Amino acid sequence: MKYALYLGCTIPARSRNYELSARKVAETVGVEFVDVEEFVCCGFPMKASDIKAAEVMGAYNLALAERNNLDICVLCSSCASQLTEVAHELYEDGPKREEINKLLLKAGVEYEGGVRVKHFAHILLDEVGEEKIRENLVRDLKDLRIAAHYGCHYLKPSEIYDGSDHVEDPKSIETLVALTGAKIVDYHGKKRCCGGPVLPVVEDVALSVAKEKLDDISKTDANAMCLVCPFCSVMYDDNQKGIESEYDTTYNLPVLYLTQVLGLAMGFDRKELGLNMNVVKTKELLLQYFQKE
Amino acid sequence: MGSINLKRADPNFRKELASQPGGENISACFSCRNCTASCPISAVNDTFNPVKIIRMALYGLKEEVLKSDFLWLCSSCYTCQERCPQGVSITEFMTLLKNLAVKEGNMPSGIRAQRDLIKGEGRIYPLDDFDNKKRNKAGLPPIPITCDVVKKLFPE
Repeated sequence: MKYALYLGCTIPARSRNYELSARKVAETVGVEFVDVEEFVCCGFPMKASDIKAAEVMGAYNLALAERNNLDICVLCSSCASQLTEVAHELYEDGPKREEINKLLLKAGVEYEGGVRVKHFAHILLDEVGEEKIRENLVRDLKDLRIAAHYGCHYLKPSEIYDGSDHVEDPKSIETLVALTGAKIVDYHGKKRCCGGPVLPVVEDVALSVAKEKLDDISKTDANAMCLVCPFCSVMYDDNQKGIESEYDTTYNLPVLYLTQVLGLAMGFDRKELGLNMNVVKTKELLLQYFQKE
Repeated sequence: MGSINLKRADPNFRKELASQPGGENISACFSCRNCTASCPISAVNDTFNPVKIIRMALYGLKEEVLKSDFLWLCSSCYTCQERCPQGVSITEFMTLLKNLAVKEGNMPSGIRAQRDLIKGEGRIYPLDDFDNKKRNKAGLPPIPITCDVVKKLFPE
Protein backbone atom coordinates (compact mmCIF):
# COMPACT_ATOMS: atom_id res chain seq x y z
CA MET A 1 0.00 0.00 0.00
CA LYS A 2 1.73 3.12 -1.26
CA TYR A 3 0.61 6.75 -1.09
CA ALA A 4 2.03 10.18 -1.80
CA LEU A 5 2.04 11.85 1.63
CA TYR A 6 0.41 15.27 1.35
CA LEU A 7 1.39 17.41 4.35
CA GLY A 8 -0.04 20.81 3.36
CA CYS A 9 1.02 24.03 5.12
CA THR A 10 0.09 23.65 8.78
CA ILE A 11 1.66 20.27 9.55
CA PRO A 12 5.31 20.92 8.61
CA ALA A 13 5.23 24.33 10.29
CA ARG A 14 3.10 23.77 13.39
CA SER A 15 2.27 20.06 13.84
CA ARG A 16 5.41 18.00 13.53
CA ASN A 17 3.97 15.78 16.28
CA TYR A 18 1.17 14.78 13.90
CA GLU A 19 3.60 14.07 11.06
CA LEU A 20 5.98 12.08 13.27
CA SER A 21 3.26 9.90 14.75
CA ALA A 22 1.53 9.38 11.39
CA ARG A 23 4.77 8.18 9.83
CA LYS A 24 5.37 5.75 12.71
CA VAL A 25 1.86 4.33 12.52
CA ALA A 26 2.03 4.02 8.73
CA GLU A 27 5.34 2.17 8.88
CA THR A 28 3.99 -0.19 11.52
CA VAL A 29 0.91 -1.23 9.55
CA GLY A 30 2.63 -1.36 6.15
CA VAL A 31 1.51 1.87 4.51
CA GLU A 32 4.41 3.31 2.50
CA PHE A 33 4.54 7.11 2.29
CA VAL A 34 6.30 8.76 -0.64
CA ASP A 35 7.34 12.40 -0.12
CA VAL A 36 6.70 14.63 -3.13
CA GLU A 37 8.92 17.66 -2.59
CA GLU A 38 7.08 19.92 -5.03
CA PHE A 39 3.69 19.77 -3.29
CA VAL A 40 2.34 23.24 -2.49
CA CYS A 41 -0.67 24.56 -0.54
CA CYS A 42 -3.91 22.69 -1.40
CA GLY A 43 -5.66 25.99 -2.10
CA PHE A 44 -8.23 25.73 0.71
CA PRO A 45 -7.30 29.01 2.44
CA MET A 46 -7.80 30.82 -0.88
CA LYS A 47 -11.25 29.46 -1.58
CA ALA A 48 -12.97 32.39 0.14
CA SER A 49 -11.07 35.00 -1.83
CA ASP A 50 -10.42 33.36 -5.20
CA ILE A 51 -12.02 29.99 -5.87
CA LYS A 52 -10.44 29.65 -9.33
CA ALA A 53 -6.93 30.07 -7.94
CA ALA A 54 -7.77 27.58 -5.18
CA GLU A 55 -8.82 25.00 -7.77
CA VAL A 56 -5.61 25.51 -9.73
CA MET A 57 -3.54 24.95 -6.59
CA GLY A 58 -5.47 21.76 -5.82
CA ALA A 59 -5.16 20.50 -9.39
CA TYR A 60 -1.42 21.20 -9.46
CA ASN A 61 -0.92 18.91 -6.46
CA LEU A 62 -3.12 16.22 -8.00
CA ALA A 63 -1.10 16.44 -11.22
CA LEU A 64 2.14 15.93 -9.29
CA ALA A 65 0.74 12.81 -7.61
CA GLU A 66 -0.50 11.53 -10.94
CA ARG A 67 2.95 12.04 -12.49
CA ASN A 68 4.28 9.78 -9.73
CA ASN A 69 1.49 7.23 -10.31
CA LEU A 70 0.32 7.62 -6.73
CA ASP A 71 -2.89 8.27 -4.87
CA ILE A 72 -2.75 10.87 -2.12
CA CYS A 73 -2.86 10.31 1.63
CA VAL A 74 -3.85 13.48 3.51
CA LEU A 75 -3.42 14.21 7.21
CA CYS A 76 -5.20 17.58 7.32
CA SER A 77 -8.98 17.64 6.94
CA SER A 78 -9.09 20.95 5.06
CA CYS A 79 -6.55 19.62 2.56
CA ALA A 80 -8.61 16.40 2.36
CA SER A 81 -11.75 18.32 1.48
CA GLN A 82 -10.08 20.69 -0.98
CA LEU A 83 -8.10 18.02 -2.86
CA THR A 84 -11.04 15.57 -2.86
CA GLU A 85 -13.33 18.27 -4.18
CA VAL A 86 -10.99 19.24 -7.00
CA ALA A 87 -10.38 15.55 -7.85
CA HIS A 88 -14.17 15.09 -7.89
CA GLU A 89 -14.67 18.11 -10.18
CA LEU A 90 -11.92 17.04 -12.57
CA TYR A 91 -12.61 13.30 -12.55
CA GLU A 92 -14.35 13.36 -15.90
CA ASP A 93 -12.90 14.78 -19.05
CA GLY A 94 -14.73 17.98 -19.99
CA PRO A 95 -14.55 21.76 -20.29
CA LYS A 96 -13.73 22.20 -16.60
CA ARG A 97 -10.64 19.99 -16.75
CA GLU A 98 -9.64 21.56 -20.04
CA GLU A 99 -9.83 25.04 -18.53
CA ILE A 100 -7.73 24.04 -15.49
CA ASN A 101 -5.21 22.21 -17.65
CA LYS A 102 -4.68 25.35 -19.73
CA LEU A 103 -3.54 27.07 -16.53
CA LEU A 104 -1.50 24.08 -15.32
CA LEU A 105 0.37 24.07 -18.61
CA LYS A 106 2.17 27.23 -17.44
CA ALA A 107 3.68 25.12 -14.68
CA GLY A 108 4.48 22.29 -17.08
CA VAL A 109 1.99 19.75 -15.74
CA GLU A 110 -1.34 18.28 -16.78
CA TYR A 111 -4.03 16.43 -14.85
CA GLU A 112 -5.92 13.49 -16.35
CA GLY A 113 -8.31 12.76 -13.51
CA GLY A 114 -6.71 9.63 -12.15
CA VAL A 115 -5.87 10.44 -8.52
CA ARG A 116 -7.80 9.30 -5.45
CA VAL A 117 -7.49 11.34 -2.26
CA LYS A 118 -7.97 9.74 1.17
CA HIS A 119 -7.54 10.93 4.71
CA PHE A 120 -5.08 8.73 6.62
CA ALA A 121 -7.73 7.79 9.21
CA HIS A 122 -9.92 6.38 6.45
CA ILE A 123 -6.98 4.54 4.91
CA LEU A 124 -6.34 2.95 8.30
CA LEU A 125 -9.94 1.88 8.78
CA ASP A 126 -11.00 1.02 5.23
CA GLU A 127 -7.79 -0.30 3.71
CA VAL A 128 -5.41 -1.40 6.44
CA GLY A 129 -8.33 -2.74 8.48
CA GLU A 130 -9.01 -3.27 12.18
CA GLU A 131 -7.39 -6.72 12.28
CA LYS A 132 -4.02 -5.60 10.99
CA ILE A 133 -4.02 -2.64 13.39
CA ARG A 134 -4.98 -4.83 16.35
CA GLU A 135 -2.10 -7.23 15.55
CA ASN A 136 0.34 -4.39 16.14
CA LEU A 137 -0.98 -3.12 19.45
CA VAL A 138 1.16 -3.84 22.50
CA ARG A 139 -0.18 -1.41 25.11
CA ASP A 140 -3.68 -1.39 26.57
CA LEU A 141 -4.82 2.24 26.87
CA LYS A 142 -7.74 1.40 29.19
CA ASP A 143 -7.11 4.41 31.43
CA LEU A 144 -7.60 6.90 28.63
CA ARG A 145 -11.11 8.33 28.32
CA ILE A 146 -11.27 9.94 24.90
CA ALA A 147 -13.64 12.55 23.49
CA ALA A 148 -13.33 12.36 19.71
CA HIS A 149 -13.57 15.47 17.54
CA TYR A 150 -14.35 14.81 13.87
CA GLY A 151 -14.32 18.38 12.63
CA CYS A 152 -16.01 19.47 9.43
CA HIS A 153 -13.95 18.91 6.33
CA TYR A 154 -13.00 15.36 7.32
CA LEU A 155 -16.65 14.49 6.53
CA LYS A 156 -18.09 17.32 4.46
CA PRO A 157 -19.31 18.17 1.90
CA SER A 158 -20.59 14.56 1.93
CA GLU A 159 -21.25 14.54 -1.82
CA ILE A 160 -17.50 14.47 -2.59
CA TYR A 161 -16.65 11.68 -0.13
CA ASP A 162 -17.21 7.94 -0.48
CA GLY A 163 -19.72 7.70 2.35
CA SER A 164 -17.67 5.46 4.64
CA ASP A 165 -18.52 7.85 7.49
CA HIS A 166 -22.02 9.27 7.97
CA VAL A 167 -21.99 13.06 8.35
CA GLU A 168 -24.58 13.06 11.15
CA ASP A 169 -23.27 9.94 12.87
CA PRO A 170 -19.56 9.50 12.15
CA LYS A 171 -17.81 6.54 13.73
CA SER A 172 -14.36 6.15 12.16
CA ILE A 173 -12.22 7.93 14.78
CA GLU A 174 -13.97 6.28 17.70
CA THR A 175 -13.75 2.86 16.03
CA LEU A 176 -10.00 3.27 15.66
CA VAL A 177 -9.50 4.67 19.18
CA ALA A 178 -11.59 1.84 20.69
CA LEU A 179 -9.12 -0.71 19.26
CA THR A 180 -6.53 0.57 21.76
CA GLY A 181 -8.68 -0.25 24.80
CA ALA A 182 -9.30 3.45 25.52
CA LYS A 183 -12.81 4.34 26.67
CA ILE A 184 -14.86 6.41 24.21
CA VAL A 185 -16.68 9.34 25.80
CA ASP A 186 -19.71 10.64 23.95
CA TYR A 187 -20.63 14.29 24.49
CA HIS A 188 -23.08 16.96 23.45
CA GLY A 189 -21.88 18.96 20.46
CA LYS A 190 -19.52 16.30 19.12
CA LYS A 191 -20.14 17.42 15.55
CA ARG A 192 -19.49 21.11 16.22
CA CYS A 193 -16.95 22.98 14.10
CA CYS A 194 -13.66 24.10 15.75
CA GLY A 195 -14.12 27.66 14.45
CA GLY A 196 -10.71 27.60 12.76
CA PRO A 197 -11.59 29.19 9.40
CA VAL A 198 -12.85 32.30 11.24
CA LEU A 199 -9.55 32.73 13.13
CA PRO A 200 -7.96 34.98 10.45
CA VAL A 201 -11.19 37.07 10.31
CA VAL A 202 -12.36 37.69 13.89
CA GLU A 203 -10.30 35.87 16.46
CA ASP A 204 -12.69 36.14 19.40
CA VAL A 205 -15.60 34.65 17.44
CA ALA A 206 -13.40 31.71 16.42
CA LEU A 207 -12.24 31.16 19.98
CA SER A 208 -15.76 31.33 21.37
CA VAL A 209 -16.77 28.51 18.99
CA ALA A 210 -13.82 26.42 20.18
CA LYS A 211 -14.70 27.22 23.80
CA GLU A 212 -18.19 25.70 23.43
CA LYS A 213 -16.70 22.30 22.70
CA LEU A 214 -14.11 22.51 25.48
CA ASP A 215 -16.98 23.40 27.86
CA ASP A 216 -19.04 20.43 26.67
CA ILE A 217 -16.16 17.98 27.03
CA SER A 218 -15.24 19.30 30.45
CA LYS A 219 -18.71 18.27 31.66
CA THR A 220 -17.84 14.61 30.93
CA ASP A 221 -15.20 12.35 32.48
CA ALA A 222 -13.00 12.50 29.35
CA ASN A 223 -9.31 12.97 30.14
CA ALA A 224 -8.20 13.72 26.58
CA MET A 225 -9.47 14.83 23.21
CA CYS A 226 -8.60 13.05 19.98
CA LEU A 227 -8.66 14.61 16.51
CA VAL A 228 -7.44 14.23 12.93
CA CYS A 229 -6.80 17.78 11.68
CA PRO A 230 -3.90 20.14 12.48
CA PHE A 231 -6.10 23.20 12.30
CA CYS A 232 -8.62 21.79 14.76
CA SER A 233 -5.59 21.12 16.96
CA VAL A 234 -4.49 24.76 16.66
CA MET A 235 -7.91 25.73 18.00
CA TYR A 236 -8.12 23.26 20.90
CA ASP A 237 -4.48 22.66 21.80
CA ASP A 238 -2.47 25.77 20.81
CA ASN A 239 -5.30 28.15 21.77
CA GLN A 240 -6.56 26.36 24.87
CA LYS A 241 -4.48 28.46 27.27
CA GLY A 242 -5.64 31.65 25.56
CA ILE A 243 -9.30 30.59 25.87
CA GLU A 244 -8.73 29.74 29.54
CA SER A 245 -7.32 33.16 30.32
CA GLU A 246 -9.86 35.05 28.16
CA TYR A 247 -12.79 33.34 29.88
CA ASP A 248 -11.17 32.86 33.28
CA THR A 249 -11.60 29.10 33.30
CA THR A 250 -9.44 25.95 33.32
CA TYR A 251 -9.67 22.89 31.11
CA ASN A 252 -6.18 21.39 31.16
CA LEU A 253 -7.43 18.92 28.54
CA PRO A 254 -4.67 17.20 26.54
CA VAL A 255 -5.40 17.13 22.80
CA LEU A 256 -3.98 14.09 21.01
CA TYR A 257 -3.83 13.27 17.35
CA LEU A 258 -5.42 9.95 16.42
CA THR A 259 -2.01 8.79 15.24
CA GLN A 260 -0.51 9.62 18.67
CA VAL A 261 -3.17 7.47 20.37
CA LEU A 262 -2.59 4.58 17.95
CA GLY A 263 1.20 5.01 18.14
CA LEU A 264 1.04 4.94 21.91
CA ALA A 265 -0.83 1.63 21.78
CA MET A 266 1.76 0.38 19.27
CA GLY A 267 4.46 0.88 21.90
CA PHE A 268 6.28 3.98 20.62
CA ASP A 269 7.88 6.34 23.11
CA ARG A 270 7.01 9.98 23.84
CA LYS A 271 9.46 11.62 21.50
CA GLU A 272 8.85 9.18 18.65
CA LEU A 273 5.23 10.36 18.67
CA GLY A 274 6.09 14.02 19.27
CA LEU A 275 4.05 13.96 22.49
CA ASN A 276 6.58 16.43 23.93
CA MET A 277 5.39 18.98 21.31
CA ASN A 278 1.71 19.00 22.30
CA VAL A 279 0.94 22.37 23.84
CA VAL A 280 -1.29 21.14 26.66
CA LYS A 281 1.07 18.85 28.56
CA THR A 282 0.48 15.13 28.16
CA LYS A 283 3.08 13.94 30.66
CA GLU A 284 0.78 13.43 33.63
CA LEU A 285 -1.91 11.76 31.53
CA LEU A 286 0.56 9.30 30.04
CA LEU A 287 2.83 8.84 33.05
CA GLN A 288 2.14 5.14 33.47
CA TYR A 289 3.32 4.40 29.92
CA PHE A 290 6.61 6.24 30.19
CA GLN A 291 7.67 5.72 33.80
CA LYS A 292 11.11 4.45 32.80
CA GLU A 293 11.95 7.48 30.64
CA MET B 1 -27.87 43.26 10.95
CA GLY B 2 -30.74 45.76 11.26
CA SER B 3 -34.01 45.74 9.32
CA ILE B 4 -34.02 45.22 5.56
CA ASN B 5 -34.30 48.29 3.33
CA LEU B 6 -35.80 47.16 0.03
CA LYS B 7 -35.41 50.59 -1.58
CA ARG B 8 -31.79 49.71 -2.26
CA ALA B 9 -32.58 46.44 -4.01
CA ASP B 10 -30.88 45.50 -7.28
CA PRO B 11 -33.28 43.22 -9.18
CA ASN B 12 -30.49 41.80 -11.32
CA PHE B 13 -28.43 40.53 -8.42
CA ARG B 14 -30.51 37.35 -8.12
CA LYS B 15 -29.88 36.50 -11.79
CA GLU B 16 -26.21 37.38 -11.48
CA LEU B 17 -25.90 34.91 -8.58
CA ALA B 18 -27.93 32.16 -10.25
CA SER B 19 -25.55 32.12 -13.21
CA GLN B 20 -22.47 31.36 -11.10
CA PRO B 21 -21.22 28.19 -9.37
CA GLY B 22 -22.71 28.11 -5.87
CA GLY B 23 -25.66 30.32 -6.77
CA GLU B 24 -27.57 27.96 -9.07
CA ASN B 25 -30.18 26.58 -6.69
CA ILE B 26 -30.48 29.40 -4.20
CA SER B 27 -34.07 30.24 -5.20
CA ALA B 28 -35.17 26.90 -3.73
CA CYS B 29 -34.71 28.35 -0.22
CA PHE B 30 -38.09 28.42 1.55
CA SER B 31 -36.78 30.10 4.73
CA CYS B 32 -37.15 27.16 7.09
CA ARG B 33 -34.15 28.41 9.10
CA ASN B 34 -32.58 24.98 9.44
CA CYS B 35 -29.31 26.61 8.36
CA THR B 36 -29.34 29.25 11.09
CA ALA B 37 -30.47 26.75 13.73
CA SER B 38 -27.55 24.46 12.81
CA CYS B 39 -24.90 27.15 12.43
CA PRO B 40 -22.05 27.03 15.00
CA ILE B 41 -21.32 30.72 14.36
CA SER B 42 -24.92 31.91 14.77
CA ALA B 43 -24.87 30.03 18.09
CA VAL B 44 -22.20 32.37 19.46
CA ASN B 45 -22.70 35.53 17.39
CA ASP B 46 -26.09 36.81 16.25
CA THR B 47 -24.66 39.14 13.58
CA PHE B 48 -24.20 36.03 11.43
CA ASN B 49 -27.46 34.59 10.19
CA PRO B 50 -27.35 32.39 7.04
CA VAL B 51 -31.08 32.50 6.23
CA LYS B 52 -31.04 36.29 6.45
CA ILE B 53 -28.04 36.50 4.12
CA ILE B 54 -29.82 34.25 1.62
CA ARG B 55 -33.01 36.36 1.80
CA MET B 56 -31.06 39.60 1.46
CA ALA B 57 -29.27 38.26 -1.61
CA LEU B 58 -32.55 37.07 -3.14
CA TYR B 59 -34.15 40.48 -2.50
CA GLY B 60 -31.26 42.02 -4.40
CA LEU B 61 -29.56 43.80 -1.51
CA LYS B 62 -26.23 43.47 -3.26
CA GLU B 63 -24.35 46.24 -1.56
CA GLU B 64 -25.54 45.37 1.96
CA VAL B 65 -24.38 41.79 1.49
CA LEU B 66 -21.15 42.30 -0.41
CA LYS B 67 -19.92 45.19 1.73
CA SER B 68 -20.80 43.48 5.01
CA ASP B 69 -18.46 42.22 7.70
CA PHE B 70 -20.88 39.46 8.75
CA LEU B 71 -20.41 37.57 5.48
CA TRP B 72 -16.85 36.74 6.54
CA LEU B 73 -17.96 35.04 9.73
CA CYS B 74 -19.07 31.93 7.82
CA SER B 75 -16.68 29.15 8.89
CA SER B 76 -17.55 27.05 5.79
CA CYS B 77 -18.28 24.06 8.03
CA TYR B 78 -21.01 22.79 5.63
CA THR B 79 -23.44 21.99 8.45
CA CYS B 80 -26.15 24.16 6.86
CA GLN B 81 -25.58 22.71 3.41
CA GLU B 82 -25.77 19.12 4.68
CA ARG B 83 -29.02 19.82 6.53
CA CYS B 84 -30.85 22.00 4.02
CA PRO B 85 -34.11 20.19 3.15
CA GLN B 86 -34.23 22.02 -0.18
CA GLY B 87 -30.76 20.95 -1.27
CA VAL B 88 -29.44 24.50 -1.41
CA SER B 89 -25.63 24.54 -1.55
CA ILE B 90 -25.48 27.17 1.18
CA THR B 91 -21.76 26.88 1.92
CA GLU B 92 -20.89 27.11 -1.78
CA PHE B 93 -23.21 30.11 -1.95
CA MET B 94 -21.39 31.82 0.93
CA THR B 95 -18.10 31.14 -0.88
CA LEU B 96 -19.52 32.75 -4.03
CA LEU B 97 -20.62 35.82 -2.03
CA LYS B 98 -17.18 36.10 -0.42
CA ASN B 99 -15.49 35.89 -3.84
CA LEU B 100 -17.81 38.64 -5.14
CA ALA B 101 -17.16 40.74 -2.02
CA VAL B 102 -13.41 40.54 -2.74
CA LYS B 103 -14.08 41.90 -6.24
CA GLU B 104 -15.91 44.81 -4.57
CA GLY B 105 -12.87 45.47 -2.39
CA ASN B 106 -14.26 43.87 0.78
CA MET B 107 -11.65 41.47 2.14
CA PRO B 108 -10.51 41.00 5.76
CA SER B 109 -6.78 41.57 6.18
CA GLY B 110 -6.23 38.01 7.48
CA ILE B 111 -7.82 36.52 4.36
CA ARG B 112 -5.78 38.87 2.16
CA ALA B 113 -2.59 37.85 3.96
CA GLN B 114 -3.33 34.16 3.36
CA ARG B 115 -4.02 34.75 -0.33
CA ASP B 116 -0.85 36.82 -0.78
CA LEU B 117 1.28 34.24 1.04
CA ILE B 118 0.01 31.41 -1.12
CA LYS B 119 0.40 33.34 -4.37
CA GLY B 120 3.86 34.51 -3.32
CA GLU B 121 5.35 31.59 -1.41
CA GLY B 122 3.11 28.61 -2.17
CA ARG B 123 2.11 28.07 1.47
CA ILE B 124 0.35 29.92 4.30
CA TYR B 125 3.23 29.13 6.65
CA PRO B 126 6.42 29.58 4.60
CA LEU B 127 9.30 27.44 5.87
CA ASP B 128 12.92 28.47 6.42
CA ASP B 129 16.24 26.77 7.16
CA PHE B 130 15.47 26.82 10.86
CA ASP B 131 12.28 24.78 10.27
CA ASN B 132 14.27 22.26 8.28
CA LYS B 133 16.83 22.05 11.09
CA LYS B 134 14.02 21.22 13.49
CA ARG B 135 12.62 18.69 11.01
CA ASN B 136 16.02 17.11 10.60
CA LYS B 137 16.44 16.85 14.35
CA ALA B 138 13.08 15.11 14.60
CA GLY B 139 14.07 12.69 11.83
CA LEU B 140 11.75 14.24 9.23
CA PRO B 141 12.73 14.88 5.59
CA PRO B 142 13.49 18.50 4.51
CA ILE B 143 10.91 20.59 2.63
CA PRO B 144 11.90 23.12 -0.07
CA ILE B 145 11.94 26.64 1.37
CA THR B 146 11.31 28.39 -1.93
CA CYS B 147 8.51 27.86 -4.40
CA ASP B 148 8.81 29.04 -7.99
CA VAL B 149 5.75 27.33 -9.41
CA VAL B 150 3.25 29.85 -7.93
CA LYS B 151 4.87 32.57 -10.03
CA LYS B 152 4.12 30.51 -13.12
CA LEU B 153 0.57 29.65 -12.03
CA PHE B 154 -0.24 33.23 -10.98
CA PRO B 155 1.82 35.62 -13.14
CA GLU B 156 1.54 39.26 -12.03
